[in-house]
Amino acid sequence: MSEKKQTEQDKFLAPENKKHTVIGPDGEEIQVDPLNDYFCTDLPKVEAPYKGVLEKFLNWARAESLWVLSYGTGCGSIELPPLFSPRFDAYRFGVAMRPTPRQSGVLIISGYLAVKTLKRVIRSYEQMQNPKYVIALGSCTINGGMYWDSYNTINRLDHYLPVDVYIAGCMPRPEAILAGFNKLKERIKSGNAEGANEYIEKLEWYKANQKKIIKDWNMPTYNW
Amino acid sequence: MNELIDHIKARFPIYDVIESQPGQIFVSLEASKLIPMITSLKTNHGFTVLVIFTAVDWIEDDKFQITYVLNNPKEKQDLGIRVFIHRDDATMESIHHLWKHAATFQRELKEMFGIDFPGSPGVDDPFLLEGWDNIPPMRRDFDTKKYSEETYFPRPGRETNDPATFMKQMLYPDD
Ligand code: SF4
Repeated sequence: MSEKKQTEQDKFLAPENKKHTVIGPDGEEIQVDPLNDYFCTDLPKVEAPYKGVLEKFLNWARAESLWVLSYGTGCGSIELPPLFSPRFDAYRFGVAMRPTPRQSGVLIISGYLAVKTLKRVIRSYEQMQNPKYVIALGSCTINGGMYWDSYNTINRLDHYLPVDVYIAGCMPRPEAILAGFNKLKERIKSGNAEGANEYIEKLEWYKANQKKIIKDWNMPTYNW
Repeated sequence: MNELIDHIKARFPIYDVIESQPGQIFVSLEASKLIPMITSLKTNHGFTVLVIFTAVDWIEDDKFQITYVLNNPKEKQDLGIRVFIHRDDATMESIHHLWKHAATFQRELKEMFGIDFPGSPGVDDPFLLEGWDNIPPMRRDFDTKKYSEETYFPRPGRETNDPATFMKQMLYPDD
């Protein structure tokens, strides 16, 4: 990270994230710079897909085991729990919930996103491992929905994250979400779901959009 | 009930007493008298709960109205107290020493309306809007639609219909 950027960030940093000294158990002084010590500051690279049958096989395997990050924003987070109840039973489609971004491959944005939430969403998305997919629920993620003129919610999710599948509705019912998962499977099997690579190829554009609205950007450019 | 009002009236210059529904009364008061009155209500009259505490922007009169709603759980009585302060130097005395959770309301009012409460803990920390650099969004001179259009990349093609004319066209196309 360049020096100038460092000072720019400093004005938003919480005190515990600034450079400081801590005293170790044996009395030695240790310099810590949390932003540089705890994050990898290198930018990610595109992982080119394999060729031919191998990629087809991998895509089949990926499509049949979608692990979803248990994370809800907006009204749609209420529609997700029934999805995993016996009535709708998403497990039979190979969809399971995971508690941490490190273990999940699908991020569901389940409704309107405030700027404050978007910051957390970006961090979660970037911490997920490749290959990763994004499903966006509801009209709020498509064009802002009924919060289209709000001072605090974004209008178009695809300006900040690469979206694979949109599910329309306000709010979509669990059946619609299941249909959306099947659409995502088709997309993965056909080899079109390259959102993670697209994100890296167009990283500058995405970052410019994100930084335009997240004015207190106090994290590394790419959080992983 | 009237007893209580008479009692307060004798000691504090309240005006505009409105009984909006049974068990709920609103009164107006000069801002400088608020702390003594609220303290006395809490200690002597059993109004121990601060229910809500919020502001209204009367931009035409150049004033903010701050409303404190107190509740007396024993008598099942609500009392709303309205005070008016100037919009330009919007500053109000903090009541966090009476109710701890008032500090959260005050932090929100500082962010959303720009009303300052000197001495309230954490009043300057961002609450919902991290890194906000415009005028406070709940002030009525803030144009939320314009801000959203400039900031959040609106998707072209959104249509807005006036509900009355739209329904008229749908139901009675011949008229
Ligand atoms: S699309 Fe409708 S249900 Fe979904 S988050 Fe927006 S307002 Fe809520």
